Amino acid sequence: METPNRQSAIGVRQSVALPDAHISAVAVEKSYRKGDHKIPVLRGVDLAVRQGEFISIVGQSGSGKSTLLHLIGLLDGPDVGEIRLESDRIDDLPARSRDELRNRVFGFIFQFYHLLPELSVLENVLTPLMIRYSMFDFWKRRRQLRESARELLDKVGLGHRLTHKPSELSGGEMQRAAIARALIAKPEILLADEPTGNLDSGTGGEIMDLLRTLNQQDGLTIIMVTHDELIAQQAHRSVRLAEGRMAARGEAA
Amino acid sequence: MYKFLLCSRYLRTRYIALASIISVMLGVATMIVVNSVMSGFSTQMRERLHGILADIVLEAKSLDGVPDANWHLARIREVAGEHIAAMSPTVEVYGMLSFQYAGGEYITRPVTLIGIEPESKAQVGTLKEHLTNYQATLDDDGNVVEPAKRSMDQVPDWVLNKDEQSARLIRARQRQLFGRSLIQGPRAVESYDPMPTPDEGGAIPESEAAADPTSPATFVNPFDDDAARTSSKSEDEQLADMAAPLAARVYVGIGLVSYPYQNRRTGKVETAMMVQPGYDVQLSTVTKGRPPSPAHVSATVVDIFKSGMSEYDSNLVFINLEELQRIRGMIFREVPDDPGTEVRDITAVHIRLKDYADAATVIERLREAFPPNLYSVHTWEEKQGPLLEAVRVESAILNVLLFLIIAVAGFGILAIFFMIVVEKTRDIGILKALGASSNGVLTIFLSYGLGLGFVGSGIGVLLGLVFVWQINRIEKFLTWITGQKVFDERIYYFKEIPTDIQPLMVVWVACGAIAIAVLASILPARRAAALHPVRALRYE
Repeated sequence: METPNRQSAIGVRQSVALPDAHISAVAVEKSYRKGDHKIPVLRGVDLAVRQGEFISIVGQSGSGKSTLLHLIGLLDGPDVGEIRLESDRIDDLPARSRDELRNRVFGFIFQFYHLLPELSVLENVLTPLMIRYSMFDFWKRRRQLRESARELLDKVGLGHRLTHKPSELSGGEMQRAAIARALIAKPEILLADEPTGNLDSGTGGEIMDLLRTLNQQDGLTIIMVTHDELIAQQAHRSVRLAEGRMAARGEAA
Repeated sequence: MYKFLLCSRYLRTRYIALASIISVMLGVATMIVVNSVMSGFSTQMRERLHGILADIVLEAKSLDGVPDANWHLARIREVAGEHIAAMSPTVEVYGMLSFQYAGGEYITRPVTLIGIEPESKAQVGTLKEHLTNYQATLDDDGNVVEPAKRSMDQVPDWVLNKDEQSARLIRARQRQLFGRSLIQGPRAVESYDPMPTPDEGGAIPESEAAADPTSPATFVNPFDDDAARTSSKSEDEQLADMAAPLAARVYVGIGLVSYPYQNRRTGKVETAMMVQPGYDVQLSTVTKGRPPSPAHVSATVVDIFKSGMSEYDSNLVFINLEELQRIRGMIFREVPDDPGTEVRDITAVHIRLKDYADAATVIERLREAFPPNLYSVHTWEEKQGPLLEAVRVESAILNVLLFLIIAVAGFGILAIFFMIVVEKTRDIGILKALGASSNGVLTIFLSYGLGLGFVGSGIGVLLGLVFVWQINRIEKFLTWITGQKVFDERIYYFKEIPTDIQPLMVVWVACGAIAIAVLASILPARRAAALHPVRALRYE
C-alpha cells in the first residue's frame, strides 16, 4: 500500500520529465545533525520550475523552505535525491563546477541583504564578476563591466549611491543593491530567501514590483521563499512546505 | 581580483591587524640593528686581529727559532713568490717588562716580546695605525688638540722624536749633576734641588734606573771615584753618552704602562701613563740554547702601541729584531770578524699576500716546502680560530633567539587571524554563495598574511636601517636621558658604535618575517576555506 505522499511524489517526478522544467528537485531529503540526534528537515520533496516561472515557497519557520532553496542553489548537497538543471543532474558535480554554476546560473538574494561591509555599492555589485574573471581579464574589461554595473544600479534606482558603503544605505536600498549584485552575472534563475522579510510593507512592495518586472521583462526564473501569504500570492504559483514535506497547493491568482 | 581587493580592504580597515604589523616590524627592526652592530664589532675586531697578525704566519715550532732569516725569505719567495706582496721576519719570545714608577717601586709584567723590523712589518700588516706618534691627540668632541708627531707616509723606525730626545738630555744632565754632588760632598747638595721635576705625567725619570746595575749603558757608580776621575771623556761627551737612546728600542703596549683613573676635578676617566717615549725600561727574557739562561737588557721606549685589542695592548712589546737576536744569542758568525758570514735565527715570518683568496694555495706550498715537524703554517684566521668561532657561534645563537621574537609575532598573527575569520564568517558565506571557490577564500587570507608580513617587515627594515644609521646619536640621547654611559669607550675600545649593514642579512630577515606571517595565516585561512556556506550565512 502506498501512502498519498509517495503517490504525489511520483506525480511530481513525472512532471520533472516535462521538457520545459528549468530547474527541479527530485525526492530530496536533508537532515542536520545536532549532537547525536539527526533532525530531518526535508523528507522527500519534489519541485519543478518551468522556464520563466515565478514561484513562491511558503511555510512556517523550520518547515525546511530555506534549506530547499539552498539545495537548489547548490549551497548544500541533499542526503538523498537529485537537483536537476534542465535534465542534467547538478548536485553531484565536482566543487569547482558547482562554484561555477553558482556564479553563472544562480543569483541569490537574502533576507539580510548580505552585502560586504568593506566594499562600496558598486564594488559589491561587481563582486560576482570579480570572482568570475581572473585579475587580468577583469582589468581588461573593467570599463565595460563597471558600465554595466552602473546601468544595473540605475535600473534598480540606486544610480546616485555608487560609492556609498552598505552601512550608509537604508534597508530597501541595500536590498536593491543585493538584487543588482544578483543580476550582474546575468543569471538564469534568481533565488530569493525572504527578500522582503526585513522591510516595511511599502518598501517590500517596491522590491516585489522589481522582481515581477524582472520576471516579466527579462524572463528570469524566480524561486522565492517567504512566510508571508500576501507576498507569496504575487507569484505565478505557490507551493507550501510543512514539516519537510510538500503540501498540496493550487495555482496563485 | 576580489581576493586582493578584499585583502587590501581588510588590511586598511582592521586596526587589530596593526598590532600584528607592529610586532613583525619590531622583530625585524631589532634583528637588523643587532645584526648590524654585531657584524660591525666583529668586522672591526677581525680587521685589528688581521692587521696585527698578517695574512699568513710561518712559525718555527721551537721558541729557539731556526737559523737564517735570509734563507727563509728566499725560500718562501721561491715557492710562492708570485702571490706574495710583503714579508717580515720576526722573533717571538716570552719575557718580562719592568720599570720604575712613582715612589720608586718596580712594576714587572709578563709580556710577549716581538722582534720586528718596523719597515717590513709595516708593509705586512697594520703598525703605524697603532702607534701613538702617528695619531693626533683629540679632545672629547673629536677636535685635534695636538697634531700627530709623524705623518702617515713616514716609515716607522726606532728613532726617538726630537722633543723626547731633548727631554732625555735634560734628565741626563740632572742625573749627572746629582751624581757629582754625591761625589763632591754634602755642601753642593744645598745648591740645587736633588729631585728632578717630573716634566711628564706622573712618571719618575730614571735617576734610579741609572743606578740600576742591570742597565750598564747608563750605569755610573757614584761611589767609584776612580771611574769618575780617570774618565778620559769630557763632561759634555759623557752627557751625550748618557742621553743617547739605548741600543735596544721598544714599542710598548699601552695596557702595560698605563692605568685609568678618575679625574677628581672633571669626574672624567682618564688614562695615566707610567712610561712615556724616551724613558728606559728593563726587559728580561731567555737565551737560545741549552739550558736557556736569563738575559736582561735595558731598552728605550720609542713609541706606545695601542691597537684597541686589550689582549694585544697589555701583552705585546715590539723590540728591534737585531737587538733581540743579539741578546738571545741568535746571531752566529762563521768567521767572527766577517759580517758577510753572519747567520741570524728567526722564529716566524709574517707574510702578506697580494690576494688573500690565494691563501690556501700558498699555505699548501709552504707546508710542502717546510717540514711540518719544524714549522707550522697558518692563516691569521686559523691562528685566531677559537675567538672567531666564538664570535660566530654567539651571533648565530643571538639570531636564533631574535628570530623567536618574530615567531612570537607569528603566533600573534595566528590568533588575530582566527578572530578575523570568525568575524568575517558571514562574508565568507556570501562569497561562496556568489561562486567563490574554497581556494579563492584561502587565497584571501593567505595574501592577507603576506600583505601583513610585507608591510610589517618593510617598515621594520626602514626602521632598523634608520636606527643603525643614527645609532650613535641615539646612544648619546640615551646617555643624556639616563645619565649613564650606555656605550662605554673604555670597555669596548671604540669611540663610536661600529655598524656594518649586510644587504643579504637584511633580505634574509625580511623574507623570514614574511614567511612566518604567511605560515601563521595558513591555519586560519584553511579554516575559512573549509567553512560551510550555509552555516556561514546563518552565522549571526
